[in-house]
Order: sequence, then structure tokens, then C-alpha cells
Amino acid sequence: MSARARAGAVRRNPLTYLTLLAIAFFSAFPIYWSVVVASHDNAAMAELPPPLLPGGNLFANIARVFDTAPFALALVNSVVVAGAITVSVMLFSTLAGFAFAKLRFRGRSALLMITVGTMMVPAQLGIIPLYLLMIKLQWNGTIAAVIVPSLVSAFGVFFMTQFLSRALPSELLEAGRVDGASTIRLFWHVVLPVARPAAAVLGMLTFMTAWNDYFWPLVVLTPDDPTVQVALSSLASGYVQDFTLALAGTAVATLPLVTVFVLLGRQIIGGIMQGAVKG
Amino acid sequence: MPPSVPAEHAGRAGTGRPLRPPVPLDPRRDPQTGRAPAHRARPTPPRWHRLEAKLSPYAYISPFFLLFAAFGLFPLAYTAWVSLHDWNLLKSEHAFVGMGNFQELLADGYFWNAAVNTLSIGVLSTVPQLLFALWLAHLLNRPLRYQTLFRVTLLLPNVTSVVAVVVIFSQLFGREFGMINAVLTAFGFDRIDWQAGTATSHAALATMIMWRWTGYNALIYLAAMQAVPRELYEAATIDGASAFRQFRGITVPMIKPTIVFTVIVSTIGSMQIIAEPMLFGAQVSAAAMPTGGADRQFQTLGLFLYEKGFRNFEFGYASAAAWVMFLLVVLVVGLNYMLIRRMRGGLA
Repeated sequence: MSARARAGAVRRNPLTYLTLLAIAFFSAFPIYWSVVVASHDNAAMAELPPPLLPGGNLFANIARVFDTAPFALALVNSVVVAGAITVSVMLFSTLAGFAFAKLRFRGRSALLMITVGTMMVPAQLGIIPLYLLMIKLQWNGTIAAVIVPSLVSAFGVFFMTQFLSRALPSELLEAGRVDGASTIRLFWHVVLPVARPAAAVLGMLTFMTAWNDYFWPLVVLTPDDPTVQVALSSLASGYVQDFTLALAGTAVATLPLVTVFVLLGRQIIGGIMQGAVKG
Repeated sequence: MPPSVPAEHAGRAGTGRPLRPPVPLDPRRDPQTGRAPAHRARPTPPRWHRLEAKLSPYAYISPFFLLFAAFGLFPLAYTAWVSLHDWNLLKSEHAFVGMGNFQELLADGYFWNAAVNTLSIGVLSTVPQLLFALWLAHLLNRPLRYQTLFRVTLLLPNVTSVVAVVVIFSQLFGREFGMINAVLTAFGFDRIDWQAGTATSHAALATMIMWRWTGYNALIYLAAMQAVPRELYEAATIDGASAFRQFRGITVPMIKPTIVFTVIVSTIGSMQIIAEPMLFGAQVSAAAMPTGGADRQFQTLGLFLYEKGFRNFEFGYASAAAWVMFLLVVLVVGLNYMLIRRMRGGLA
């Protein structure tokens, strides 16, 4: 052990690679397996041993998904919900993050503490009054009920505060002030360009979270006007176990996000790791 | 982080000066304090400007706090009010019952069953997960090829939605045609009816949670490990400390704040587990059946709350459950925090 450690600079340990490969396999396999199941018919999946390669039934199963549940509407709803939440969280988090990171005002640190503290409160605690509120506003059953409570995020504010206090040079702001720029001008012309990379990462994380959110949409929406996750769950909880149907729905609900993630994974991972260091 | 500001911003019209790309680390480190003189020293701006500078911070944070007050804070407080009533959604009268709901709750065997299940699934999923993530981060924290590929693959489960995870794993853990039972029978073992037993269903649920979150926590640990100064390891290597001793003696104490952070976040998360058990039992549970398995063998606190609130519409009772649940979360998080702070405290 210590002999290898002494080599220092480049240790190419085949055992490390093998272990990591095995772990990567277990990470990826269930997703691959879902595609395998989704591309067969139920008879094939009942065989022993089960097939390990994708079959030719994927598009037939996906067609069944769209016939069984309102998946097209669900996809539109999810895009609208996740899109609206993402834009709003990016904007308001950058605004508040700028104020917390670079502006001085009374109560700044106390308000920042409260913001961070709210991240610790379990969301389920308020779910019943939130539901009563939605009934009062007559928003239950509409996607407004899913969008509005998520328009701001304490994590987003914290994330942007962290980033801007590191990445935004104070002298840039001072220079703008000396030139007589108002704070809102500073925000548009100095803060926003600098905040862009972090806001983009926050946007991707927010979109993912909103797309995958399940419990609150399940509570407040109806099965005939659902988001993708709610539609998927009603597809999967039929009285007959139809795994090829359920997993074809899973593929429709998951693969767009997985594809985007594989393409932009480097940036998203960078963002998660960056947000983590100070946490 | 992308290396620089996109090109269209480089010479944005009107600002008069080219904007710099974000600098990765501010060398002065403390931009908030000690800058007041510079602020005062500049030529006197118009009066509304000073007013704007004074009020705008509040304007910028107000969208967050207003929306949070309406949809975060108000429901919290209102939960307490509702919990004091016999509040059924289907009735128009809500009789005040004081602590009645809480008394009933503490005598409710199903509530305590759910509490025990939550703790059991929480421990089973969190403890191995964080240890495994720590080890995984340790493996990744060395010069490796395909570093990005490994990271992306490890985070893939986290991109998958809870619903998708449970659907996939319900197939894998299926009694008749499940992959895992197929492997078990191939090696001569008996099939396991994963959903039916308490221990087996908890194990299956813990597997799903671990699969979804281990990579995420590993990356958080990795980020912290990369900030540990290299010299510490070099010195320890010269002293002849083994890799494992370096891991225990340097890595773990150095990233302890991050470990505390992940323990707290994971604890809060595990106390709220709801979608996994709800959907794991979904195929067999018709509307009249209890949630979390036929014998409530994997009903968690969150699921108990859901059943009372959104199946039976006993909002008062469910609100009382929410508050007790919150107190339990605070208690468990507090205990965990003290425990983890004490662990190997001398080394840090």
C-alpha cells in the first residue's frame, strides 16, 4: 500500500479502475434495463432467464403509453411547469444573491441566515395548509398550483450568494458606482454577465428538480391533467402489472432529461461540486 | 465552470468598458467588510440615487421573501392552527379540539409503526450510503483517466426521477419476473417476495434510495477532498503512513464540515421518504387498501400523513402528525449532529 502511495504523481492502479467500472455499471444498469424491458413484450419478460438485449417493441410500447395515459398533455404541462419555475428561480435567485453578496443593508446577515434555515424545514410540514390555500385560490387541479409555490428557492438564493461573493469583483461595482450607475443598472450590465455560468447551472438543477417533482403535483393535480411524473405513476399503478408499458412510460419521462444531462454533465457536476465546497 | 463570459457580453453597448470574465477567486477574500470608506468617498450622487442604493437591496430580496412568506411560512403557521381542530375537508364545520388530535396521535399504533419504519429505512439507506460515498470519493480523488465519464455515470441515477426509480426497481425486485429473483434462482436460492416482508421491503426501499443518492454525495465529498492541501499527504507519506491511515487521519478530519452537512441533509431527507414506499406498494394497493404495504410494513411517516390527509381528508389529524413529525426530525437531526461532531473530534 505505502509503496504505491509513494509513487505520488501518477498511480494507475488497475484495481481502482475495475472497482470504479463495477460501480459505474451498477449506476447505469437499471437505466439500461428499463430500456430493455420497454422494448420487449410482456411474454418475453416472463421468460427465464430474461432477455438482456433490447428488443424491437419499443415504439409499439411507447404508442401504448400515449393511448393509455394523457402523456402528450403531461409532457406539455411538465415543460411549462419546469420552464416557468426555472426562469423565475434563476432571476430571483440572482437578484437576491447579488443583494446578499455585494450590497450592504440592515438585517442582511439575519435575513441570509433565515434563508439558509428554511432549507432545513421539511416541505411536508406545510403541505395541508398549502392545499387548503390552493382550494381557496381555486388553483387546485391547475398547473398554477404546481408552479407558484416553487417560483423561488432558498437553495437558489444561497447558491447565487455563494457564487457572486466569490466571482463578482467588488471594484467593478465600485467603478460603476463612481460613474453614477444606479444599482439596477449595475445589476443588468455588471452582475448578470458575471452570474451567467452559475445561473445556468442553477437553471439546469432547478429544471431537473421541477421535472422530477412528484409528491406535490400528485396531491394537487388530477389524473386527467397531470405532469409527466404523475402520469407515469398512474400508468405504473394499474391493477394489472404491465411492466413493459410502465417502463416505456419511464423511458419517455426520463430519457430527455438523461440525454441533456449526458451532454451538459460536465457543467452540472461542476455546479454541484462548487455549491458543495462552502456548504 | 465555463471559462469565460460568452462573447456577446464582451463589449456590451452602453457600459463603456469591456466586462471581465468572472475571476475564480477574489484575492481579497472579504469583500463585504471594510469597504465603507470607499463608498462614502465618491463624488456626491443625486439624492434619489442614494435612496435607490439604500432601498434596492430590499427590493431585490423581496420577491424571494414575499413568495416564501405566502407559500412557505404561512402554511407552516397555519398547520399549527389546523392541528387544533377536528378539520375534515368534506365537512364545513371545524370544531376546536385543542390537543385532542395530538393525544389521539400518540396513542395511534399506526403512527408509531410509521415512525419505526421511517427510522429503519432511514438508517438502512443513509449509513451505508454515506460510508460508500466517502470511499467512492476517495477512489475518485486521484489522477484518473475518464474522470468526467465516471462522474457523469455516477450522477446518472440522481437525474432519474423518484417515480422512474421505483418503477424500474419494482421490476427488478418483482416476485415473479424480477431480475434479482432470476439471479437468486439461478444460484439455487429461493425467490424472495420483497414487498411482503418488513425487512425485505425495507432493504429494497433502502437500495432504491442508495442507488439514487450515493453518487451525488460522493461528488460532494470529492469536491471537499480536492480542497485538502496536497502537502499534508506528502508529509504523511514521508512518515510512512499507509493509504488507509492517511484516509482516516487526514481526509476524514479535513472534510468533516462537509460530512456533517451531508449527514444533516440526508437525515432530513430520509425522515421525509414518501414517494418510494407509496409507489413500491402501488400495484397491489387499491384505493381502499392502506398505503405502504398490506400490513403497513413499509408505511413511513410521510406516507402516514398522506393517508390521513389526502385519502381520509382528516386534515386536523394529519396536521398534528406533521408537527410531531417535524419535532422528530429536529430531534433526530440534533442527535445526529451531536454524534457526528463528537466522532474523531480530537483529530480535527
